[in-house]
Amino acid sequence: MITVLFFAQVRERLGCAQIEVPFNDEVTTAESLRQHLAQRDEKWQQVLSADKLLVAVDQTMCDWQTPLKDNTEVAFFPPVTGG
Amino acid sequence: MENTHILVQQADFNVADEYTQLSQDDSDGAIVTFVGKVRNRNEGNDVSQLTLEHYPGMTEKVLQELALEARERWSLNHIRIIHRVGTMELGEQIVFIGVTSQHRQAAFDGCEFLIDFLKTKAPFWKLEATDKGDKWVDARETDQHATSLWQ
Repeated sequence: MITVLFFAQVRERLGCAQIEVPFNDEVTTAESLRQHLAQRDEKWQQVLSADKLLVAVDQTMCDWQTPLKDNTEVAFFPPVTGG
Repeated sequence: MENTHILVQQADFNVADEYTQLSQDDSDGAIVTFVGKVRNRNEGNDVSQLTLEHYPGMTEKVLQELALEARERWSLNHIRIIHRVGTMELGEQIVFIGVTSQHRQAAFDGCEFLIDFLKTKAPFWKLEATDKGDKWVDARETDQHATSLWQ
């Protein structure tokens, strides 16, 4: 299983904070997970194709080609604005 | 590292108490602190409240990594970082960064580095209550630029 978390505007627009996605051949990288989720419907497609969307794998920000393993935590979120 | 203290909390902090913690060590000749506050205007809107969301677990991890990176660049003794989450009113304190060192330049640089990188790397997000409704704060180019100057 891959645990997928969403934060801030991304969570708000999707109306979803967390989902579980079965780990399989379709979701081997952060990018393929994004593509997989974008197929859900128009809204998911739109939100997850945002230019500035960021991804973290196991709580480390990373690029879209980062490989995924089973039991990984992946998070999608907008640019950060703390401080 | 025992001289690194990182807290992500809802509660406010007291700068005098933090300063007391930072100033225990007679080998230090310099203490630099930074406090970020909720201000009343942003991007032309009147702001009445600020709510901060974060990614629990990742936030603390990133702040620890930034503290380590600061120590690699400068000779720093104590580092204290407190970042509040939840809803805050105008004028309230959001973030505290305190750094000590033998000499002022390392303390100034270390403190500035930490706030610059916190703003662009740590997973916090600001939601403003404004006169035009709730608005997620956009990441600022100037913050990205500040980070790039440290490369």
